[in-house]
Amino acid sequence: MSIKFEVNGKPVSVEVEPRLTLADCLRHHLRLTGTHVGCEHGVCGSCTVLVDGAAVRSCLLLAVQAEGAKVVTVEGLSRDEGLTPLQASFRKHHALQCGFCTPGMITTAHALLSEEPDCDADRVREVLSGNLCRCTGYISIVEAVLDARAAYKGGGNGA
Amino acid sequence: MNTVEKFAGAKFVGQPIERLEDLRFLRGRGQYVDDLARSGMLHAAILRSSVAHGRIRSIDVADARKVRGVHTVITAADLGEPLPRVPMRLQPMPEFEAFGQPVMARDKVRYVGEALAVVLADSAAVAEDALAAIAVDIEPLPAICNWQSAARNETLLFENNGTNVAMTFRAARGDAAAAFKEAAYTRREIFSTQRHFALPMEPRGLLAEWDAACGKLTVSGAAKVLFANRRFLAKQMGLAEDAIDMVEYDVGGGFGARGEFYPEDFLIPFAARFADRPVKWTEDRREHLMTMNHAREAACDIEIACARDGTVLALRGHAFVDMGAYMRTNGAVGARNIAQFMSGPYRVPNIDIDVALLLTNKTPVGTYRGPGRFETDFFRERLFDMAARELRIDPIEFRRRNLVGEAEMPYAVATIAPFESKDALDSGDYQTTLDRCLAEFGWAEKQKLGGRCIDGRYHGCAAGCFIEGGAAGPKESARLVLESDGTLTIYMGSSGVGQGLETAFAQIAADAMEMPLARINRVLHGSTSYVSDGYGSYHSRSIVMGGSALLDAAAKLKQAMRAQAARRLNCGADEVMLADECAAAPDGKSVSWAELAGEPIAAEGAFLNHKHTWAYGAHAAHVAVDPRTGAVALLDYVAVENCGRMINPLTLKGQLVGALVQGLGGAFLEHLVYDDNGQLLVGSLADYLIPTASDFPVIRGYVMESHPSPINPLGAKGAGEGGIIAAGGVIANAVADALSSLGVEPRDLPLSPERVWQLIKDAPSVE
Repeated sequence: MSIKFEVNGKPVSVEVEPRLTLADCLRHHLRLTGTHVGCEHGVCGSCTVLVDGAAVRSCLLLAVQAEGAKVVTVEGLSRDEGLTPLQASFRKHHALQCGFCTPGMITTAHALLSEEPDCDADRVREVLSGNLCRCTGYISIVEAVLDARAAYKGGGNGA
Repeated sequence: MNTVEKFAGAKFVGQPIERLEDLRFLRGRGQYVDDLARSGMLHAAILRSSVAHGRIRSIDVADARKVRGVHTVITAADLGEPLPRVPMRLQPMPEFEAFGQPVMARDKVRYVGEALAVVLADSAAVAEDALAAIAVDIEPLPAICNWQSAARNETLLFENNGTNVAMTFRAARGDAAAAFKEAAYTRREIFSTQRHFALPMEPRGLLAEWDAACGKLTVSGAAKVLFANRRFLAKQMGLAEDAIDMVEYDVGGGFGARGEFYPEDFLIPFAARFADRPVKWTEDRREHLMTMNHAREAACDIEIACARDGTVLALRGHAFVDMGAYMRTNGAVGARNIAQFMSGPYRVPNIDIDVALLLTNKTPVGTYRGPGRFETDFFRERLFDMAARELRIDPIEFRRRNLVGEAEMPYAVATIAPFESKDALDSGDYQTTLDRCLAEFGWAEKQKLGGRCIDGRYHGCAAGCFIEGGAAGPKESARLVLESDGTLTIYMGSSGVGQGLETAFAQIAADAMEMPLARINRVLHGSTSYVSDGYGSYHSRSIVMGGSALLDAAAKLKQAMRAQAARRLNCGADEVMLADECAAAPDGKSVSWAELAGEPIAAEGAFLNHKHTWAYGAHAAHVAVDPRTGAVALLDYVAVENCGRMINPLTLKGQLVGALVQGLGGAFLEHLVYDDNGQLLVGSLADYLIPTASDFPVIRGYVMESHPSPINPLGAKGAGEGGIIAAGGVIANAVADALSSLGVEPRDLPLSPERVWQLIKDAPSVE
């Protein structure tokens, strides 16, 4: 099947099998390998991307379901040079080790802070509890997200 | 090069430098093995046994070969004679060979998940489709599902061996029998820890490329011990070692399990040569659960002897480890550690503990962060608290009385036999980390809550001490290159598994070369082409071994730079001063490093070592138990670790806290459950529960440095595992303290709500 959607602000057109997941489409057809696949059953959250602004698991969405959607991946939340305030906060707080879950954490946290820039620690923990990390123990990730709230306040988009 | 010297002039070492790695990881630019693609690449999928124990009657792959898009199907018949076996990397004792794992099952299957065939196809989806077209006929045999039935030897995994016991290690020190005879107090208990495992977030994967014209093999996705695995693979494939290049990309977590030599580490390279095409394989999470090394399933029947004042006189007893179906790579390490390090940081003059390694029809075991140490610390710390309570001695005082003192170092621990392994605690003041832990925790106040029921929940506190072994030898290598632009490139024999090696090595090299961190060009690791000989990352060894090799390489590079400068400046090499990225002669003439390195200047260094470092520390926990549900809430947890010399406190604390939360997973949640037919009952991350962001919100980690290790020039001690080691024992003791009025004594992990509820229900006395 031929599908058209937007990825990181650019229109794309891809020929896919109906059974192909959005995660595999992004990774292997569009070569956007920042989105990681950790479980393929929607539990680990490593493959989280933004679809029309909402954080979704790209392993649970078929590529064909993205027809016409605006998809943003971790690459789309990054600058060519340097780090965004959210990324810089992750670095400052040592909120990542092996880096595998990190793109999913960044996309999930970005979606949360865009909607709720005043969220408290419990809310951050609740939202991030859908993203598994085996390295950090999460304490530093929660601190990093809380510390990045300022960049999203007053209509800021974290940029 | 092995002289112990204080690492002077540190500017970057000891600072919480933000990681270099983060710049790529945070922007989605990391490169993990499944991110790789090659033209003409085939995808592999592996058919795995659904039977735990049985004789293979037939495997018919004819229909699978006909599936559109399938290139070929490989079975054991294609692998030749003799069928290669998964090697023993550590403790390669001849006794283990008869229990080794063939890289693919041919005559018998011995666990669910064992490889039966490999399909190569144009896509991973087609390869997986074709697995369903393979017809397998296996005659089932009774499955051995626990160590107790293994010990009966009624059903044998290896009929020719006559036993399911692969080995019995014995740890000995002093005269335990005599000590027990004279002891005023003894207590005997049975404990167990459950099967759980590392579960890194990145599944395993490999990409193998065979260059037929040059006879060269490249294996991407290697990790942990690249040089050792190359040695094994070269032998199995009939290739020279230098005909194989093992390449590590970014690695999504290791924790001891990733990078060991698995059956796939032969099968995928073999498939690439067999098909003469690049072959990629990425496991799915269900495969991961049943094929990656399992760990931690152990039990013990252990006895302590004390004087009335709580002085520990002896430990003796028997431990039993469920090894799964085969002995492979580092499977014996955990069992060895259970026996040898049951004494932990404590003075136990007399020890007699044996540990039996028993085979069952389950996934084979290997090391998982703190191998054997998590288990044995749970056994010991529980026994200590039970003994202290019965002797009416404060549990902290009991520990203080028995901690090995600074003046007693080096302190010899039990010797293990066979394999005659001796070891000694190197340095430190174990009382100080306990002091710090109790102070940060607020022990004096919090301990008063012990046993109290507040708002329907019972509160309890516990504290315990641990040691963490590091710095396994025999060697590590490093190579430094001063590039023609005056920057420095670092090549390491160590491997990255996500722990932030690049940053730590850059800090050490910048200080050793007395240059700015920004002038470190790249830190390259994880290829067998970078250094002549590398040993990799395990046993918390990378910083100590690799970092010390870096110091040696830096000294040699400076020597080479001085010699080069002496020729340019017309002076003696020993007169050249290296400072501020310039080489200066006594007469004031100078040349910049960039000018000096018209041709890059290189030096390779090494560090040789046969002793271990011993980081140490203490943990304390405060829990509240709901007796109606058995749910345990963790209200506070403090972990303190002293590692001699800190390289980067930020990443060190990251290791401590991250390891601790893994340990809490082992204490409360994680369990690889099997049924009586050897079927693994956890098939996804919805069944195998690891900690999430909301499970343990209050964790406080503190890192310390003092008493540098005398066995390496950095004075550093390996510190990647300490957080996990004490967790099980401290949590179980806190739950026991909470439920002391009910007489509840947890003896088995995990402390799931169901288990705690049952313990309360079965409690001998109800308030």
